[in-house]
Amino acid sequence: MKKYIPIILSAFLLLLPFFGLSTYVMHILILVIMWSVIGMAWNLLGGYCGQVSFGHAAFFGVGAYTAGMLYSKFGLSAWWGFPASVVTVAAFALFIGYICLRLRGPFFALATLAVGVILRIVAENLTGFTGGDLGIMIRERTWIEKIWYYYVILAVAGGTFFVVKKTVASKLGYYFVAIREDQDAAESLGINTTLYKTVALVLSAVLTGFAGVFYMNYMGYIDPKVVFALHDISIITIMVVMVGGVATQWGPITGAVIMVVLAEFIRNLPLIGTAHQSVFGILLIVIIIFLPNGIVGDFPKLSKLWRRRRPAL
Amino acid sequence: MSLLEVRKVSRFFGGLAAVNDVSFNVNEGEIVGLIGPNGAGKTTLFNVVNGFYRPSRGEVLFRSERISGLQPHEVCKRGIARTFQVVKPLQRMSVLDNVIASAFLRVGTRAEAERVALETLEFTGLTADRDVVSKGLPLGKRKRLEIARALATQPQMLLLDESFAGLNPSELDESIGIIRRIKARGITIMIIEHHMRVIMSISDCVVVLNYGEKIAEGTPGHIGSNPLVIEAYLGEAQSA
Repeated sequence: MKKYIPIILSAFLLLLPFFGLSTYVMHILILVIMWSVIGMAWNLLGGYCGQVSFGHAAFFGVGAYTAGMLYSKFGLSAWWGFPASVVTVAAFALFIGYICLRLRGPFFALATLAVGVILRIVAENLTGFTGGDLGIMIRERTWIEKIWYYYVILAVAGGTFFVVKKTVASKLGYYFVAIREDQDAAESLGINTTLYKTVALVLSAVLTGFAGVFYMNYMGYIDPKVVFALHDISIITIMVVMVGGVATQWGPITGAVIMVVLAEFIRNLPLIGTAHQSVFGILLIVIIIFLPNGIVGDFPKLSKLWRRRRPAL
Repeated sequence: MSLLEVRKVSRFFGGLAAVNDVSFNVNEGEIVGLIGPNGAGKTTLFNVVNGFYRPSRGEVLFRSERISGLQPHEVCKRGIARTFQVVKPLQRMSVLDNVIASAFLRVGTRAEAERVALETLEFTGLTADRDVVSKGLPLGKRKRLEIARALATQPQMLLLDESFAGLNPSELDESIGIIRRIKARGITIMIIEHHMRVIMSISDCVVVLNYGEKIAEGTPGHIGSNPLVIEAYLGEAQSA
């Protein structure tokens, strides 16, 4: 039975747009899937390899800007951003990794946090290159309807899911977890920790960059404050994975559903709508205290709680 | 033939010479015991051989090739595996996964790595614990897991750092049996140990360190009667 769940789920997701959903619901679905991609990508580096990044907005933004500038500078379709971003994001990640991966634990986290902020400031000020605060706008959108965007991001998410699943089950996955658990032990067991941390970073960055490319094409407009945002991208990325379940295959997807829906829900509430970040903060504290492994990771604990409250009939 | 050559190795921390001008050879197929009082520099010497530290002076050769200055993973790739005095299991991984992770050093596929790992677990008597998350293992088994993990990298030489400390008598006998079987496989062993009974019974040769310097080297019988060694361990004989 369990074997068929992915097939049923993908069939369901493929047919979903034909149920006559409103544009708004389609938009929410697209956001959920996009955040799943970012979450799965972050999970590879932060969850499996244990290198917690507070700067994934940097990779998201470099992906988005790669797509946007192909359009604004060279007049190409921003969809070319997908192949082009592999080069730009990977090169950028290698550069960042060379500097930041010498640091361990919280020092790495702080360094990546700085990287995200630095990129925002750079993009704001290199007005000739990036367009500065004005950002980049795509004047003619590829499609009016959301359905094609939905399929594009679904394909990206499917690919990401597959890549993560294969990676985790392979030698790479074992090495990532070994590095997370004890870097010195890993090193003395013949694992080139610097190399494999870099591999995790680049892989994670490229996948995050894809989400950025998609965002540029989908929204049609980016500016530095949006795509290099610390709280709206970097922190939410971590929350998506924390809420769903660190180092689990389905955690980031679960987290993306919860976070996107919750954000929409809170936004519509009167008075506290503008304070959604405070609500997220409280949620994060509750999750860390009661479900440190996230909803997927602590699912056995949750279901036991559920059963205790409703004794067997 | 000398498998490992330690040549005039010194390692300083600030003004302190943790290891000072130590030289000795380890022959292929032998078990060499490294003993000495606390703080004599035994673990530091392991860290130099294994690549965690660069020697401040001198060099280490393995199969006549200079290995000092290499990274630990490169040393391991060349065939030297080690265990840690303070055990470092990959805590949230199962025992089997721990060993699979290190088996990947020599094999390409997951299936092969698993085969090597299962074989190693059988060899070290951990098969029954294969699915236990290693955080939950008792100390004796965690020490054995360290050995299993090192063995799974298919080394030519094994550095064992106090693999017997804190074991109860029956675990001790079990571990001694494992060490003898490792030797029978042709793997050279260098072992740090405080259990004199163990070290004297299994070693072919013993090297004694005190305050970072080598004070004696020889067969166990020879070492046991060496006045310098007795002095280092028991203090100076009082002249009445």
